[in-house]
Amino acid sequence: MRWIILILILTVTPLWAVEPEEMLADPVLEARARALSGELRCPICRNESIDESHAPLARELRVVLRERLSAGDSDAQIKTYMVARYGEFVLLRPNTEGVNLLLWLVSPTMLIIALGVGWATIRKRGTGQTDPLTEDEQEALEKILRS
Amino acid sequence: MIVELGHFALILALSVACIQMVIPFIGAHYGWHRWMQVAAPAAVAQFVLIGIAFAALTYAFVRSDFSLQLVAHNSHSAKPMIYKISGVWGNHEGSLLLWTLILALFGACAVWFGQDLPQRLRARVLAVQAAIGVAFLMFMLFTSNPFLRLAIPPFDGRDLNPLLQDPGLAFHPPFLYLGYVGLSMTFSFAVAALLEGRVDAAWGRWVRPWTLAAWMFLTVGIALGSWWAYYELGWGGFWFWDPVENASFMPWLISAALLHSAIVVEKREALKSWTVLLAILAFGFSLLGTFIVRSGVLTSVHAFANDPERGVWILVILCVFLGGALTLYAARASALEAKGVFSTVSRESALVLNNILLAVSAFVVFIGTIWPLVAALLFDRAVSVGPPFFDQTFTPFMVILALILPLGSLLAWKRGALGRVSKSLVGWAVLAIALGALVFAVQSGRSALGPIGIALGVWVVGGAISDLWLRGGRGALSTKLLRLRRLPRADWGKAVAHIGFGVTIFGVAAVLAWEAEDIRVAQPGDRWDVGRYSFEMRDVRQENGPNYVTTLADIAVYRADQLVTVLSPEKRFYPVANMPTTEAAIHNGVLRDIYVVLGDPQANGGYAVRVYLKPFANWIWGGCILMAVGGCLSLSDRRMRVGAGAARDKAQVATS
Repeated sequence: MRWIILILILTVTPLWAVEPEEMLADPVLEARARALSGELRCPICRNESIDESHAPLARELRVVLRERLSAGDSDAQIKTYMVARYGEFVLLRPNTEGVNLLLWLVSPTMLIIALGVGWATIRKRGTGQTDPLTEDEQEALEKILRS
Repeated sequence: MIVELGHFALILALSVACIQMVIPFIGAHYGWHRWMQVAAPAAVAQFVLIGIAFAALTYAFVRSDFSLQLVAHNSHSAKPMIYKISGVWGNHEGSLLLWTLILALFGACAVWFGQDLPQRLRARVLAVQAAIGVAFLMFMLFTSNPFLRLAIPPFDGRDLNPLLQDPGLAFHPPFLYLGYVGLSMTFSFAVAALLEGRVDAAWGRWVRPWTLAAWMFLTVGIALGSWWAYYELGWGGFWFWDPVENASFMPWLISAALLHSAIVVEKREALKSWTVLLAILAFGFSLLGTFIVRSGVLTSVHAFANDPERGVWILVILCVFLGGALTLYAARASALEAKGVFSTVSRESALVLNNILLAVSAFVVFIGTIWPLVAALLFDRAVSVGPPFFDQTFTPFMVILALILPLGSLLAWKRGALGRVSKSLVGWAVLAIALGALVFAVQSGRSALGPIGIALGVWVVGGAISDLWLRGGRGALSTKLLRLRRLPRADWGKAVAHIGFGVTIFGVAAVLAWEAEDIRVAQPGDRWDVGRYSFEMRDVRQENGPNYVTTLADIAVYRADQLVTVLSPEKRFYPVANMPTTEAAIHNGVLRDIYVVLGDPQANGGYAVRVYLKPFANWIWGGCILMAVGGCLSLSDRRMRVGAGAARDKAQVATS
């Protein structure tokens, strides 16, 4: 029974993301690998990074990524390498090429516009003064104050 | 028989909703009282009828009536009772039925708690609410009928997705729906106000409790979902910026903005048209959320029970209601004239800034969420927008919001003095910066997130405490405490909710900055250190569960050679579904969670083991609970009872 269970467990796809034997011995390189793999999307999964994914392809990509890191590639080089193979789809942080620039610029622009409109609204309301009293009202007020 | 009764009740509910949509609406237009009076009993009847339909469907699930297509596809006779019941909304048709049930519930609540609303406004609110009901009931009856029978019932059902067989499913969706659908009430009020052409302080007071309730439920629903992910997914993540999560987060942000701007309408009669626009957008975003979840147009890890074709109908409903309301808004908004004036430095201005930050941050989430769709449809590019983008673009908004919150909440209405406010907060500022600097010095060379998070947390929490303390006025401590006790509940609610916000900011920053992770292969008998703790793998054993086999590890946790606890992470295998799952073992603590996961057996002996130390993880959800408690306190305020404003106004008119 124990063996059957063990075989069952061994044959199913690994459940985990990063496995111990994938990891690099150098902690600095490994930390870079983890950070990078969090920015790359697993091409066949449902919205998961290769760092989180259990898919066999994600595992392969993690291994490739670490090989390239060990070979001395920079982060940018590795991203270019991945994009060349799987398209810009793998970048969880979209690049700023072409229309994607719109995505990056639209929120600061929106904030500036909103602040402008807000400032205008505040200034319009913002005299801090209500309409001055009419003469009748002024008279009535003085009457009250005198009494 | 009972199922047919439910089906019939659902059809009746549609006809009642049609009546409720048309008759009171015409009545309100011409001022016919009898016609307007139809609204209240119709709303209650609609709720009762949909309630009967829901009860009938639940009955079918509980009895495992496999002649019903929905039950046969989504249930199993051997499933535990709680999952039979929660399975009712674990699928497309059932979750829509829950949606409409809650919609009708809110309509009925408007009848029960809205006795003092002006008749015309109430009739219009209920008519708009019924219009939404008609749309969804028709959608359900014509395309997603939960009561369809099978000609040849199967012997047993296909069972619910094993991942959904979790207590999380029982509570997470109903709370989220209460939040989503609760915003329909504010939408109805906004449309009714536009039809009347009048928004005044009383309107602000009537709308606020509904917004508050919806926001509270959303807060709880989102927190439950995040906590579920934390313990279930096996690596302790709590927020993934997944489209479906964003779908619930956008209405949360907008309703938080609405909550604050409605206060300005109520107290100062300013920001009227903006508040109406927010009320429309809040429900628009919750319909958009329903569309994203139900249609699966955006790839999400939450993909279950969705159906792209029927999802299009929700898009149509969304366009009709949002488009209609916005057109009405464009035509009528100019009639909403603001009365209150305020100076540049005032509570009003601070709340304007709050609204700008919350609304623009919701917009950022919106753009990021739909960008892959836009890029694919218009520019033929396959693009992903993931957590790195959102972390980078969203976080600044929350940082600025936290920075201005204590200052803004202390400023006086109409005209405030920034100097006086800063004077009463300077102590907290010094403490916050000092603590931040201290942490920065101690941790040396790690992410700046930790120090910033702790400084912001202290600043926000301190500001809220100061706010309360100053409300106590001057004088001896005893009189101060007495005054504090007599403060309106809404003031306590405000302080508690703001404290909750600070606590959550701190929790998120602390976990992200100081989490420690260790991945290794361990043999029974091995001992290793992670942070201040040491872990010892005592034993690995196999056991049989009811419908799975499991590998359990006993891992002892020591701190300074004192045994803290023994954790037993599991690795389960469900033979029927051919599906492995991990069951993380978590030792919860106030200051840290110890999170242990057992992995695969290794080729040359031993098991992979992952250990995480998650400092202050529970503070994230603790803060959310505090925010919800703050909402509850505010809601229980005597001033907030629906219609209280109208009653008082009437009394004043009578005495003057």
